[in-house]
Amino acid sequence: MSDNPKKGMSLIVKTVTRLTVGLILLFGIYIVLHGHLSPGGGFAGGVIIALCFVHLMLAFGKDVAVKKMSKNLASNLESIGALMFLSIALLGFFGGSFFLNILSKGRPFKLFSAGTIPLSNIAISLKVGVGLVAIFLALVVLENVKKEE
Amino acid sequence: MIFAAIVAIEAKDLLSSVIAVGAVGFALCLAFLVLKAPDLAITQLVVEILCLIILIRATLKKDLPLVIEGRWFFNTISTLVFIAVFLFFAYTALKEMPAFGSPILGVARKYLEEGLTKTGSVNLVTAVILDFRAYDTLGEATILFTSVIGIMVVLRRPGRKK
Amino acid sequence: MILYLLCLLLFCIGLYGVLRKRNLVKIIISLGIIEYAMNLFFILLGYRFQGRAPIEAPGQGIVNMVDPFPQALVLTSIVIGLAVTALVISIAIRIYERYGTFDITKIKRLKG
Repeated sequence: MSDNPKKGMSLIVKTVTRLTVGLILLFGIYIVLHGHLSPGGGFAGGVIIALCFVHLMLAFGKDVAVKKMSKNLASNLESIGALMFLSIALLGFFGGSFFLNILSKGRPFKLFSAGTIPLSNIAISLKVGVGLVAIFLALVVLENVKKEE
Repeated sequence: MIFAAIVAIEAKDLLSSVIAVGAVGFALCLAFLVLKAPDLAITQLVVEILCLIILIRATLKKDLPLVIEGRWFFNTISTLVFIAVFLFFAYTALKEMPAFGSPILGVARKYLEEGLTKTGSVNLVTAVILDFRAYDTLGEATILFTSVIGIMVVLRRPGRKK
Repeated sequence: MILYLLCLLLFCIGLYGVLRKRNLVKIIISLGIIEYAMNLFFILLGYRFQGRAPIEAPGQGIVNMVDPFPQALVLTSIVIGLAVTALVISIAIRIYERYGTFDITKIKRLKG
């Protein structure tokens, strides 16, 4: 993390961001993984993970955030998320029909129960979160390029 | 909520309109909590924050709205005609609906009874969107993918050679 | 019943904003208000008096839950609304760079 006083926001914002952005990421992963036990699920958790990157970009200027996730990495990760969701759906063909829930369903109220639902949650959160980060990168990075001309 | 919506439309400054839309969104999140839908409250809160950031990015340092000019009478009449037609259809539909507070539960009764045994997930809303109705989630992932591609195409600067 | 009428009033306010305002960003904001009103209407359809949230707890049955089906539909609708708003805002940014103004009457007349 750079401490350049000309870019980004003031020192108070930078210090608080450095302390809390890891906690926000951890909270988002918690909501995604416990999607079948408590409210939340893939969509809300994915948007929280996207907000963590947006927070970094707003507080430190765009150079530091682009070093953490460039546009190529963002588009690759999003495609991997979409392909993972499709392959979980196609696995249902082994059971009998499209999208069938075929893994074992353990006892309820445990973390590893409910068949393919936690894996689907992880795939959906990857796709939604990285997609929103890609949208924000496209809105921010290209604006500064235009101003230089 | 209605008061904040009226402020959002009639405000002269664009930044005030955006903040008023943020107030409508937060009030909607509280309404979802009162109506016993916790998944939706979490999702609405974070999506509202991201929507505010994107809206402010578009309106900062841009110009303010201008005054109304010309053809004012015709615009008012046509707007009133549209809203009157819509209200007529809405009134016809509202007479047919069940009373507030006792839902019909035609399709959802089966989901409620068999949800835990067939999927093993305790959260019934997640069971509906990822197991009983997984096609809709696939369609939604496609929509997000299409919108990301659309934004990258629209905001591209041609001819950047390094 | 009066809650349905208030939701309808919110929709009509958004509809008035889309039809009558001249600034492009105000039209986009009114589109967002219409979408909030529609999501609220769907959730109002499935409410039960003194119901519980549709998440099971150990020891309690499924006797008194609110309807989980419209909640599943609205969950995807909220995220789709965000994606559509982002796409329309990016088109509006391009229009501003090309024509220099957000006024929709002036955009129709300029050419080239």
